[in-house]
Amino acid sequence: MINLFEVVETNEMITKENLDVRTITLGISLLDCIDSDLDRLNEKIYHKIYEAAKNLVSTGEEISREFGIPIVNKRISVTPIALVGGAACKTVEDFASIAKTLDKVAHEVGVNFIGGYSALVSKGMTPADELLIRSIPLALSVTERVCSSVNLGSTKTGINMDAVKLMGEMIKQTAEYTKEQDSLGCAKLVVFCNAPDDNPFMAGAFHGVTEADKIINVGVSGPGVVKTALSKVRGENFEVLCETIKKTAFKVTRVGQLVAQEASERLGVPFGIVDLSLAPTPAIGDSVADILCEIGLEYAGAPGTTAALALLNDQVKKGGVMASSYVGGLSGAFIPVSEDQGMINAVEAGALTLEKLEAMTCVCSVGLDMIAVPGDTKASTLSGIIADEMAIGMVNQKTTAVRIIPVIGKGVGETVEFGGLLGYAPIMPVNQFSCDNFVNRGGRIPAPIHSFKN
Amino acid sequence: MNKTIITVVGKDTVGIIARVCTYLAENQINIEDISQTIVQGYFNMMMVVDTNKAVKHFGEIADELQALGEEIGVVIKCQKEEIFDKMHRI
Repeated sequence: MINLFEVVETNEMITKENLDVRTITLGISLLDCIDSDLDRLNEKIYHKIYEAAKNLVSTGEEISREFGIPIVNKRISVTPIALVGGAACKTVEDFASIAKTLDKVAHEVGVNFIGGYSALVSKGMTPADELLIRSIPLALSVTERVCSSVNLGSTKTGINMDAVKLMGEMIKQTAEYTKEQDSLGCAKLVVFCNAPDDNPFMAGAFHGVTEADKIINVGVSGPGVVKTALSKVRGENFEVLCETIKKTAFKVTRVGQLVAQEASERLGVPFGIVDLSLAPTPAIGDSVADILCEIGLEYAGAPGTTAALALLNDQVKKGGVMASSYVGGLSGAFIPVSEDQGMINAVEAGALTLEKLEAMTCVCSVGLDMIAVPGDTKASTLSGIIADEMAIGMVNQKTTAVRIIPVIGKGVGETVEFGGLLGYAPIMPVNQFSCDNFVNRGGRIPAPIHSFKN
Repeated sequence: MNKTIITVVGKDTVGIIARVCTYLAENQINIEDISQTIVQGYFNMMMVVDTNKAVKHFGEIADELQALGEEIGVVIKCQKEEIFDKMHRI
């Protein structure tokens, strides 16, 4: 029988330490909607998503109420639209019309984001892939809730440098198209290396083609819980530190597993995975950077940060794996700058630079995330930053991502406010030396030698 | 099966248990176990209850208990047992 202290512990995690289930994401395959007629395609997409997701939000709220655990976001991911729209879309406007359909249905079923305005081009681009990529700036400027992602490389295929170059330009253009809102469009656009098919987190969620027709994926979160647990073992050695993180991660993940199973049962949709994540929010006490400080750093970014993050990420996985029957997605600590008050403080104090962030992405679950840079940053420089990050993912056989926002009209020293979960960010300086000749070479970087395992 | 945990946390005062128990009795909710403690003047109580015979919907009971808590000046939560069970038992 559960005792009073265990009940109090759980409820304190929820009320005082921001324990929550960050997202229930319903993955929906749109492959059976494919049609060569654009109007019919849009109609089929609308109906398939609406029918599958009409009870998603109410079911999430019901589970939240019965177990007393906040479920912050209810979201949808769909099959990469480049695959779905290829037969019908001949212009960027055609593709953008699908984005509008996704936005409309997202509003109607009440989800706050819908992901999958995506293309998978790790080795090459079909004409449809390229057209979708070129439509991203328009699509993100005429919609509110649509998120876009592009997979540019993988350990198995190498890096598609043509697509890396194009994405640098598209990020810049998206920033221009949404400059009235501080280039907000770029906050909903992410590029990947080794993108997972079952990621529940935005902006990078899409429903991979290897997935079932519908699937429930859940992302948990609890940086505040880990920080509080660590505050009780200050000064102890690494063994104690690691054990504490593992135990806490286990508890947090068990809640995700419970919510995933309940949602799956109530919606009649199979359970996919739990994403074992430490996902921060701008709320005080919900910060991954604060955990790094609790481990012993003055600020995130100080020497030792990469090692601290590596152990944190590893222990979160070790604790979480046993708590869930299936794990997947990104799984690990997220280090977005604008969505984490501790990271923002570190940037403002001068402790954290773009280069240190890049090093940190070698050992955590994603990449350069929610980083605001000056609006006059060149497209080729953005491509260079992306190529570096893709290389880290490719060589280390892990997912890496870049979600960078060149804020048009703003420069270093200014801040940009995205609002809500996206937070605010100080604009960070970028290395000013050119990589034009590198980016303009064209073609692709071959897969690394250790990818040949057959 | 399907037990519900009711927790009451707040400043200790006369009649907290009585008020909560009266509500539960009126709504055909059976109490199976009660434990309580007072930490630094704060009242912490946990009840394991069976809501299978209750006429009202779970959400309604949770809302009414929350309202009752606000009236007494304590926080009353009503949660299904699984969340605690999952978190603390392998």
